[in-house]
Amino acid sequence: MSAQPKKLPGKPRSSPRATVVLSLYVAGDTPKSRTALSNLKKICAEHLDGGYRIKVIDLLENPKLARDHQILALPTLVRQLPQPIRKIIGDLSNTERVLVGLGIESTK
Amino acid sequence: MPRKKMPARHRPRGSVHGAKPMRLLPKAATGIQGLDEITGGGLPRGRTTLVCGSAGCGKTMFAMEFLVRGAQQFGEAGVFISFEESPDDLAQNVASMGFDLKALAARKKLLIDHVRVVRSEIEETGSFDLEGLFIRLGLAIDAIGAKRVVLDTLEALFGGFSNTAILRAEIRRLFEWLKERGVTAIVTGERGDGALTRHGLEEYVSDCVILLDHRVVNQLTARRLRIVKYRGSLHGTDEYPFLIRAHGISVVPITSIRLDHRASSEIVSSGVPTLDKALGAGGFYRSSTILLSGGAGTGKSSIAGHFVAEAGGRRERSLYVALEESQSEIVRNMRSIGIQLAPLVARDTLRFHVSRPTAQGLEMHLAAIHELVLEYRPQVVVVDSITSLLSMGSISEVTSMIVRLVDFFKMNGITAVMTALIPTGEETETTGVNVSSLVDTWLTLRNSEIKGVRARALSVVKARGMGHSNQLHEFVMSKKGVELKSDAWSRKYA
Repeated sequence: MSAQPKKLPGKPRSSPRATVVLSLYVAGDTPKSRTALSNLKKICAEHLDGGYRIKVIDLLENPKLARDHQILALPTLVRQLPQPIRKIIGDLSNTERVLVGLGIESTK
Repeated sequence: MPRKKMPARHRPRGSVHGAKPMRLLPKAATGIQGLDEITGGGLPRGRTTLVCGSAGCGKTMFAMEFLVRGAQQFGEAGVFISFEESPDDLAQNVASMGFDLKALAARKKLLIDHVRVVRSEIEETGSFDLEGLFIRLGLAIDAIGAKRVVLDTLEALFGGFSNTAILRAEIRRLFEWLKERGVTAIVTGERGDGALTRHGLEEYVSDCVILLDHRVVNQLTARRLRIVKYRGSLHGTDEYPFLIRAHGISVVPITSIRLDHRASSEIVSSGVPTLDKALGAGGFYRSSTILLSGGAGTGKSSIAGHFVAEAGGRRERSLYVALEESQSEIVRNMRSIGIQLAPLVARDTLRFHVSRPTAQGLEMHLAAIHELVLEYRPQVVVVDSITSLLSMGSISEVTSMIVRLVDFFKMNGITAVMTALIPTGEETETTGVNVSSLVDTWLTLRNSEIKGVRARALSVVKARGMGHSNQLHEFVMSKKGVELKSDAWSRKYA
């Protein structure tokens, strides 16, 4: 992935980075789901300068999406944008691996 | 409403003595030819069966046939979770067996979900579970009301996740979940070194384990199936040959053939009118077994040829299993005595199965004949000769194979003619293979030189259910074929 900021077609963004769209797949409000979501919010806040969007998808409410989106393990975090799609599984407690998985260089 | 008292004859037997009546394990018939016979009815219902074997052993075919037959013959819908092949690939692969997966899917009898496990796509960042798989499976089962489930092959998960501790716990949970759902499931696994499966799936499956094997012996493929374990059920323990045929898998049961075929009283001509007369009843009984034994060149094949030609004349199909000569040699030799087989072949009322005895193992021979008979449905089968099978195994092995063949022929209403070579000069009435007690009719043929003349003789050693001749008949082979002379040999040369 190029480190250079890319201009995406569509609405202009204030963020210098390309917009990051993340989907977090969970099954119900479980401790694991909550851990994953809070870890994700923390990582995004620290590393993504606000240019991101998080969507939580509860497969218990929408089980068809497990099939349509090829979800197997839970929790699964999918980086929808920028392309290509990347998948991360687990409760996101290993920050280093989350950053690697999301293709974000650690700013620390 | 008062409960009716159970009539005595319906009461379980054991209860008289206060013992608990034995509960029979409920089974789900697979519909796979031969398998339900050796398992006594199918796979354990509501449980999970592990089907394992090396790559290309037929696991996927086996599992898919279980679902297709379930849907077609037993009205049980099935879910196929494929971890490796896409639904399109699967459909294509089993189309050769005549299975139309798309049609079954359209009728909501089959649902295929392709679970892609790609390690490079998955970064593990902490604790996880496989709830997504459970959700997909549950959704698929509910969507079509499935009673059968296949997971092919679960071991692909090991390629996708590095945390095997979580994975194993989840697999254990999955097996428990399947049991709770009450589905009859097949899980496939790849054969490992010194273990049934590479990742020890057999550890989790306690009810039934079936091993498929695929060997190449003498450049020939031999497929075998063995039931390694079947808790709470009697099952065959042998290795059974199986074939992947145009209509699915066919397991050749070896020991389960029963002696309950019905005896026919219909007579079919041998094709030699004078022989019919000597037999007393005007020919052979339909679906009986005839043994023709004699030295080299005594005319065994010729008499078999007459019988085939006669059957062809009745528009009946014959299968000629030639273990010594080629088809063209047999056709040519028969032509020299006036028996025209080529037109029968052209009309497809005669098929040859030419095979060198050494080219295949005994079991594969049996399997191949089995397969041909089921496909071609002949009324007559000639095995020429059973003696040549002796090079492939011990006398007892060959005898047991012939016993099975004879039973199989009878069950299918086939009149079978088997030839057996007796080394020249041997006077004893033995065939080398102890099958004479098994056959219904036994004719011995011999060449003798008496007073400087070579003469052919035939005697009816036995003909069950017929008042046959006890004479030694002289016979001739001419351009018009075999003909028994009316006057008895014994009178002429005595």
